[in-house]
This record gives sequence, structure tokens and C-alpha cells, in this order.
Amino acid sequence: MSEEKREIAEGHTAEDLMASIRENIRACMQCGTCTGSCGSAFAMDLTPRQMWRMIQLGLVDEILASRTFSLCSSCYYCTLRCPRGLPLTETIHALKQLAVAKGLAEKKGARFYQTFLETVRRYGRVREMELMARYFLIMKSPVLPLRFTPLGMRLMMKGKVSPEMPKFFGSGKLDAIFRKVKELEARS
Amino acid sequence: MKYFYYSGCSLEGTAIEYNLSTKAVMQALGIELIELEDWTCCGASAAETTSDLLSVVLPARNLALAAKMGMDCDFLIPCSACYLNLRKVDERLNRDEGLRDQINEVLQEEELSYQGGIRSRHLLDVIATDIGTDMIKAKVNHKLSGLRIAPYYGCQALRPYGGYDDPEEPHCMEPLIEALGAEVYPWSMGAKCCGAGLMTTKKEIAVELTGELLKAAKGADCIATVCPMCQMNLDSYQKQVSRAKGEDLRISVLYLPQLMGIAFGLGEEALKLNLNMAYTGSLQAKLRH
Repeated sequence: MSEEKREIAEGHTAEDLMASIRENIRACMQCGTCTGSCGSAFAMDLTPRQMWRMIQLGLVDEILASRTFSLCSSCYYCTLRCPRGLPLTETIHALKQLAVAKGLAEKKGARFYQTFLETVRRYGRVREMELMARYFLIMKSPVLPLRFTPLGMRLMMKGKVSPEMPKFFGSGKLDAIFRKVKELEARS
Repeated sequence: MKYFYYSGCSLEGTAIEYNLSTKAVMQALGIELIELEDWTCCGASAAETTSDLLSVVLPARNLALAAKMGMDCDFLIPCSACYLNLRKVDERLNRDEGLRDQINEVLQEEELSYQGGIRSRHLLDVIATDIGTDMIKAKVNHKLSGLRIAPYYGCQALRPYGGYDDPEEPHCMEPLIEALGAEVYPWSMGAKCCGAGLMTTKKEIAVELTGELLKAAKGADCIATVCPMCQMNLDSYQKQVSRAKGEDLRISVLYLPQLMGIAFGLGEEALKLNLNMAYTGSLQAKLRH
């Protein structure tokens, strides 16, 4: 895909995503049950309730600049308890997609998921040791691996992970499926 | 009883003891598990943050493999995230014709198709609903007498789909623990979040959430889990969490089928208790009595 075409495709995706995000939240009545139910709310700069209001007001850039949506652990408490029955967790996933589509995704989380899907495309399944090795490589941080070294060593001693090195070339197990998904998404 | 068995990626690596103990216990109960040789990853929590279509296609591929076999069986899934993803396929397929067509257009690349109809069920649901306490009691020959076990359900085994237990105040593990001869440790944290993937990307938050769980479990001999992600957050970071909270929060954390296997007398080797990250000496001593 040429640079220009890719920009158009991504522009579409971002617009579609934003439209569905606003539609999801249209009926929010600002009761705050979501915030009261959120285990990560203590660490957020915007509360979930505030974020929904900002979506209604179209303040997307402000939301994407906040850390709120990236702190969701998908526990589904807010979705379960929302008195309006709104798909709140799903909407947060859409915000995460939007951040990626706009190239604004916070580095660590987005890169971890990107690395994760790359190993799935290649092998069909996740090989945990390879996932972490690739994640460290892409993050280019000399200290990040150290935070996980003690656990990695213990897992290796238990024989739960093997120190496999990543393969960087060759075709992947799920190439066709990943390619087709991209094609369909560009079409819509 | 017969089920398609979807182990998922974690159960091939860091949660291998969950996989092997589940199989051992099912075999002891005379339940047949059919494994799909060519299964692939369900997308975990990565696909849904990247592409909505990919997040349904990846689990649908596995359902399509099972559909091809033409057998009338439910899926049995021990991992809560895999369970959520596989279950999501039917939930969404049935209310969105357009999505059904899109999924099948992608699956056609591998000459597969899926039209819905296979039930995806969590291991806990199968144990509590299909197997039940009578069948379990009949197999128990090493009662877990004197053990206080805190049942931990986590999130995605119950929410958003669930249906077999109360998604906020679950209880279905309690009669199972009692059927093993143990005592239920009373706590209100069974359905609270451990932080899940935030342990990798936002460690300080997950350490806080896990810390609250471990603090509440003080006084129990063991926490029982039914999810490889919950298990890892609860058992593998106890030193760091203890340091952050300023108190000793070490406690044994075992998978529910491991506890069942101990009570069935299956032996440590079959249940891979040596692979657990948090299986304390005091629990081992109590179990030897």
C-alpha cells in the first residue's frame, strides 16, 4: 500500500471508530457507577465518568492525551453495572484502537500488543519467551528487561519457558488471515 | 461426557501445570477431552486493542476447526481470556449478519467456515454445572481436611458473559471446595481484578490490585484460581508485592483442578505441583498429614 493510500485507509478507520465510540456513549447519564466500580480509577487522570462526557462533547484529543483508557484491565465491572447497559469496556478497546490508528498510542502498551500479534501471525500461537524477547528489542530499553529477569530466570529453572531466539524471516502460519482482515478493513 | 478442549497458549508455557492437572482430573472423572491439533491463539487481549475484526476472526478460526469435525460437543476452556474470546464469537455473530459474512470471508482463506452454534464454556462452569459435587465426592479419597481455601474467580470467567454464577458475588466454587473436604475461607475479593495484563505494561497498578487481594487472603492456607493470568499475577510477584505493601504476603496459590487432583489422590507428579511458583512449605506439610 502506498503512503497516501495508507493514510486514507487509516483516516477512515479513525473516523469510523470515533463515530461508533460516540454512538456507544450517547445515552450516558453521568451517574458515575463506572468510576465507582473501576479498580484502576485511583491511578487515572480523568475518571471514566468524565471521559464519557468528553466523548459526548467530542473532546477526542484531550482523551487520547490522558492515561485513563490505557489503564483499563478489562475487568468488565463497569459494563456489568452500567444502568444504561452501555458497552463501556468495548468502547475502551475502541479508544485503544483509535490511539493506534492515530499513531498516538502510548508506547509500552501498544508495542506490547503489536509484538504479541506479530508472534501470533508468525507461529499461530504465542511463545511467551519469544514474545518478551521481541518486546524488549522493540522497546530498545536497557533497563526494562531487568525488571522481568528474576521471574524469567525462575520460569526457566522450572522449565516453563525455553530460551528460543526469534526468527525474523520466512512466512507465517496466519499470514493469509491477517492479510485478509487488513483488506476487508480497508474496504469498509 | 465429552468436550472439545481448547488449552490456549499460556497453558503450553507458564501455565503448563494448569493444563496437565485439568487433563489428569478429567481423566479421573471419566470425561473425554477432544483436542484440535491445528488450534491457534484466540487473540488474547491484544487483538481487541488493534482490530475489531481480527479479534473475532482469531477465536472463530478455532470454532470453525471444531465445526468441521461435525460432533455435538461444547468447548471446554480453562483460560478465562480464551473463554471470553471464543464465547464472544457466537454472542456477536448472532446479532450482526454483516460481521458473520466478514468472518467467513476471512476464514475462507483457509477453507474454513463458522455459522455459530458451538457453546464455549469455562472450565469452572463445566466443573460446577455438569460435573457437580456428587461426582466429585465420589472420587475424593484424600480429604483436604483443615485447609482454608480462598476461592478466586477473577473477572473474565464471570464478566461480561458468565451466566452460570453471580458475576459480582460468585459462589459456585464454594460447594466444590467443601466437596473436597476443605473449608471455604470467607472473603469478598473473589471477583475483584488482579490487574491482568497491566502487570506487564503498568506494573505499579497491578502490584496495588494484587496487593489488596493477597492482603485479604491472609489467614487462608491457599488461594484457588481458574485462570492462568490471575495465577501468574497472584503467585509470581509475591516478593515485589510484599515489598510494596511492607508486609509478608506470601501464600500458596493453586489451580482448582490441582486441588481436586490432590483430593483424588492423583499425586504431585501428575498434578505438576513442583511447577507452581507459590506452593509454600506450610501447605505442603499440612497436605502430608
